[in-house]
Amino acid sequence: MPNTETYNDRIVRLFLLAAAVWGVIGMSVGVFVAAQLAWPALNFDTPWLTFSRLRPDHTFGVIFAFGGSALMGTCYYVVQRTGHTRLALPGLATFTFWGWQLICVLAMATMPLGITQSKEYAEPEWLIDLLIAAVWVSFGTVFFATLARRRIKHIYVANWYYGAFIIAVALLHIVNNIVLPVSLTKSYPVYSGTVDAMVQWWYGHNAVAFFLTAGFLGMMYYFVPRQAQQPLWSYRFSIVNFWALISVYMWAGSHHLLYTALPDWVQSVGMAFSILLLMPSWGSAANGLLTFNGAWKRVATDPAAKFMVLALVFYAASTTEGSTMAVKTVNSLSHYTDWTVAHVHSGAIGWVAMITIGSLYAMAPRALGRPAMHSKRSMELHFWMHTAGLILYVASMWTAGVTEGLMWRATDLNGALIYPFIDSLIAIRPFYLIRFLGGVLIVGGMVVMAWNLWHTAADARARLIKPIPVPIPEPEPHQVPAPVPARA
Amino acid sequence: MARGYKYFEAIEKHAGKLGIFTAIMVSLGGLAEITPLFVEAHSITASDGTKPYDALRLAGKDIYVREGCYTCHTQMIRSLRAETQRYGAYSIASESVYDRPHQWGSKRTGPDLARVGGKYSDEWQRLHLTDPRAVVAASNMPAYPWLAETKVDSDDIVARMRTLRRLGDPYTDADIAGAPAALEGKTEMDALVAYLQGLGVHAAPAEGTP
Repeated sequence: MPNTETYNDRIVRLFLLAAAVWGVIGMSVGVFVAAQLAWPALNFDTPWLTFSRLRPDHTFGVIFAFGGSALMGTCYYVVQRTGHTRLALPGLATFTFWGWQLICVLAMATMPLGITQSKEYAEPEWLIDLLIAAVWVSFGTVFFATLARRRIKHIYVANWYYGAFIIAVALLHIVNNIVLPVSLTKSYPVYSGTVDAMVQWWYGHNAVAFFLTAGFLGMMYYFVPRQAQQPLWSYRFSIVNFWALISVYMWAGSHHLLYTALPDWVQSVGMAFSILLLMPSWGSAANGLLTFNGAWKRVATDPAAKFMVLALVFYAASTTEGSTMAVKTVNSLSHYTDWTVAHVHSGAIGWVAMITIGSLYAMAPRALGRPAMHSKRSMELHFWMHTAGLILYVASMWTAGVTEGLMWRATDLNGALIYPFIDSLIAIRPFYLIRFLGGVLIVGGMVVMAWNLWHTAADARARLIKPIPVPIPEPEPHQVPAPVPARA
Repeated sequence: MARGYKYFEAIEKHAGKLGIFTAIMVSLGGLAEITPLFVEAHSITASDGTKPYDALRLAGKDIYVREGCYTCHTQMIRSLRAETQRYGAYSIASESVYDRPHQWGSKRTGPDLARVGGKYSDEWQRLHLTDPRAVVAASNMPAYPWLAETKVDSDDIVARMRTLRRLGDPYTDADIAGAPAALEGKTEMDALVAYLQGLGVHAAPAEGTP
């Protein structure tokens, strides 16, 4: 029987384009709000340009628009490759693309107008939340339907992480956003006070766990072995880490509420599970890094591999930092300061953005029908701009955070507080400037990547791409569910 | 392969089982930590001084929510010495029972506001919101001059009070009927200042030994 089944890479290319565009937009908003903290005149006394209204645009833009598009695009790419099958339900898959882009545009347009729930990382109002739920369920349907028609019996571990990411984010999103609407643009959560705080940080922490960790680990488990051109260091270790990661993470959210009015036992449980989290976090990072064993010279010559290796180093570092900050005594100093901001960004710029950029550089030529990216030198340039920006950002905010924490608690020999609050702000002003410069470098790198992708996509724009045929293996006997035969 | 691998194999080769086990594992933590709080929430009653926000303060609270003040200000004084020295008695659960959503926050670019009520005059608050650097030269807070130019929409607030009553906040018919009169001629600035001036003035942790 002639094989005429091909991979659906059109949807992958669309998400790739969206990720590049949202990456530049989301990070540019970040640089702008960072500048506003250094120079408040940049608020221009204009409602929709005010820091407090724009900051959610930055977080939504980078997490859900940039990260979400990259995750969905790579997920569709990986589930097809690892299952040797074409994506199921192509119409629904196209809907997930346009639906997700509509959500991102609506959210980014309404939040600066003051249409917001003001629940951190879940700011969009209820109508947009309903759309998110609809698109997310469709995404899960396409993913699991594709898994069901796979021709390789064993489900490769990357898909485990993508699957957990889809299931958990659906659960988190729906539970956290149960509200009673007042009008089209305003609603009240059914939870209030302490319960709302716990639900919110169960969501907030696990958005980090499943959106920003499990999803990107799925990316890592496929693209790191691909780029190292050798198998994963230990497959079984990756499975152990999977179950540990998904079950332990969900308990740790209360470490965002230490010393607050949340019942003490919940705080302690959250802290204990946060320390346990070191194990699966280090496990995954080590598994990825050790996969490069014997192929380290590739890292010297391949910028995509450079991004991946540094991503894994920052994954290990920022999860270590996170577990440390979840210890009550450390948290008493770090919480509410810019140390939290440093931690989030070492995770976001170091781990999430770098594994995404590395994976996009690995995937883009294949999805765009080219042997390699248009310019390798600009990939190198991007790597060094990104790394320099990351170090400026993290080092400055870490210093600022520790400074604030120490000044807020400093007392003289009589036990009186030494510094008025404003002194801590004056002390960290220079660091806000350094952070801004770091951000400029990172956005600059993203623009270089967008330029590179644009040129790599020349064939795609000219519609010269030949779809890649699916290599159809011999069916295994008694496979459940039975693999789909190639379409004639 | 080690003995017993077939049990894992059953999961690793079956998408449905993998999905179900994943859903179970990710649900445990939330169930264990959130369910008891949800059950307990019914027994957390507002302490004596804490009443549902009156119409003007409710409008002010929702402006605080709309403008995203939580991005820089917390409303949660932790039970730590340096915090209670700087901001007053530590916050307790019953103080935020009417906050939908909670405004505990996660970042202090500016100071905590849980007990800011009465700390400054109305006039200071007004001036500070209109032009922060006029009163605190080194501040990096944005200015919110448009609040003084916008009137509070009383129909909207009445609808909000009805919705909150449906969620269980004890508003009386008289509270709701009196809202339009209480909001007559008020600007968003008036409402926000009223809200800020009421923060933490009534409730405080109980003192003494049992």
